[in-house]
Amino acid sequence: MLESTTEGERLRLAGAGAWVAENARRLEAQVDTATRSGGTIKRVDIDMGRVAQLDTFGAWLLERLTRSFAARGCATAVTGLKADFRPLMDEVHGVKPEQAPPPRRSSLVDGIAAIGVNIAAVGQSIKSFINMLGAVIVALLRVVTHPRRFRFTSMVHQLDNVGWRAVPIILLITFLIGAIIAQQGIFHFRKFGADIYVVDMVGILVLREIGVLIVAIMVAGRSGSAYTAELGAMKMREEVDALQTMGFDPIEVLILPRIVALMIGVPILTFLGSMAALYGGGLVCWLYGGISPDIFLSRLKEAITLQTFEVGMIKAPFMAMVIGVVACVEGMAVKGSSESLGLQTTASVVEAIFLVIVLDGMFAIFFASIGM
Amino acid sequence: MAKRNGSRDVVIEVRDVVVGFGDHIVLDHVDLDVYRGEVLGFVGGSGAGKSVLMRTIIGLLPKRDGTIKVFGVDMAAATDAERQAVERRWGVLFQQGALFSSLTVRENLQFPIREYLKLSQHLLDELAIAKLEMVGLDASVLEKFPSELSGGMTKRVALARALALDPEIVFLDEPTSGLDPIGAGDFDTLIATLQRTLGLTVFMVTHDLDSLHTVCDRIAVLADGKVIAAGTMDTMLASTHPWLRAYFHGKRSRAGYVEAVKV
Repeated sequence: MLESTTEGERLRLAGAGAWVAENARRLEAQVDTATRSGGTIKRVDIDMGRVAQLDTFGAWLLERLTRSFAARGCATAVTGLKADFRPLMDEVHGVKPEQAPPPRRSSLVDGIAAIGVNIAAVGQSIKSFINMLGAVIVALLRVVTHPRRFRFTSMVHQLDNVGWRAVPIILLITFLIGAIIAQQGIFHFRKFGADIYVVDMVGILVLREIGVLIVAIMVAGRSGSAYTAELGAMKMREEVDALQTMGFDPIEVLILPRIVALMIGVPILTFLGSMAALYGGGLVCWLYGGISPDIFLSRLKEAITLQTFEVGMIKAPFMAMVIGVVACVEGMAVKGSSESLGLQTTASVVEAIFLVIVLDGMFAIFFASIGM
Repeated sequence: MAKRNGSRDVVIEVRDVVVGFGDHIVLDHVDLDVYRGEVLGFVGGSGAGKSVLMRTIIGLLPKRDGTIKVFGVDMAAATDAERQAVERRWGVLFQQGALFSSLTVRENLQFPIREYLKLSQHLLDELAIAKLEMVGLDASVLEKFPSELSGGMTKRVALARALALDPEIVFLDEPTSGLDPIGAGDFDTLIATLQRTLGLTVFMVTHDLDSLHTVCDRIAVLADGKVIAAGTMDTMLASTHPWLRAYFHGKRSRAGYVEAVKV
């Protein structure tokens, strides 16, 4: 497609065929070879007479050819170019040479910088969490003093989504978890003849910790992610901005009903989940451990008190609040791109689960110190 | 570049096309020819189905009846390979740009080229800059993400991406909507220039009367599910069809303005 002949200080190049996108790969190689031809060349003549087709790709490669010879100080002339191709060549000729790309730093510096950026991001997310928590509490107080401003319909709708529709899956999973704990307990306790204490273990574990924790983790994955995605999509399409310009407070209209719905829904789900787990545990004790339901119930009455139940239930609304606030912070942090929506949704679930576990640890210390 | 008069080479041939959603028939036996090297302005009322026809031609919507031939290939009967070969020869500018939001401008421009042709990164980078300069931008936007671009810049980058593979046909869906009159005028000039330099065939869905006056060689009008007229601006202005009179002689049209001034 490009033939070259050297006559002393004069290089003759002759192009032929179709200088189009499909041939750009071969053409680039030939152009680069021609450019590198050594010797003392003062003059370059490029004959384009036999080039039948030319598109932007071909035109750019011809431009690259003439530019590189011009840079070497050679007089360059292009002849025989069809009149049809003129405007395209003129267009390409106007393209400014590429600016030098920004200097790449070493990967070590990049790595250290990334650590710093991440630490700063953690600080930033703590700050925005506290900001949102404050804003939600202020909105809550405002709504308490002016109850009419509360979006009751919206809250009921959210409660339907996060509470009612979550019941089957929550019941199934907590039932299975209760059954597994009981089976493991019986299997190991039997070795030293302490089968009956399985009831104590299942009762205390489920009511104090597992019930609320499993429900919180499920809700973070199921509803927290949905909140982030909904709010993020609204943010992307400027719906949140639209609300604001109409004089509505997005916190009051969008976020408060969602968080209140979670704070009502999660305790109910925790209660239902704990009961399902106890039921699963009792069933396994009966079928696998030979502990009849009567014995299971009377043993359970001795093992647990109302306090055990309260400890689990008190935690539920706080965990709901954390999940809701994290989901809303991340949703509002979504920027224009669809990738950002995905990132924030992931962050929302991961952060919510992490914080729920941290909160659970803090409650454990708190209840231990007040003797509950 | 094909001559406008004399023997005309049909690149898009739409015959008897019916498209509907449920009970609602949007396009009712539509016929349309697009000739090589022309700029066809496609107009019609809002909701008349202009974008529907464009999306049907490029294969995004199914048709109930009729045939669509692009470069003489019947798109419904074509094999996957044939269809892909045709798709490689057209570029589409969507109304909102449809730039990939997770890729930078550079990656957006290089994406189609990278998929179809195995070129060196060096050449890809040079081509990205060349395409950007052709649409009136420069290398400074290369590393930006679509969310960081203004409306006009988004349109230009999207046009550059539509032109990435040097297509023979470009479909433009309301290219000047959302641009200020100066920006819209610049965009019209840009389309005209690119059409001349690259020998493009342009299928432009538009509402912009100025675009129709300045860049379009021919205008096709869609109303009541049919193409009711196709021809030059003069034909449109001379027509007595009530909808055409309302559209081209309305208060916002040039003809309407001139008439108003005379009175």
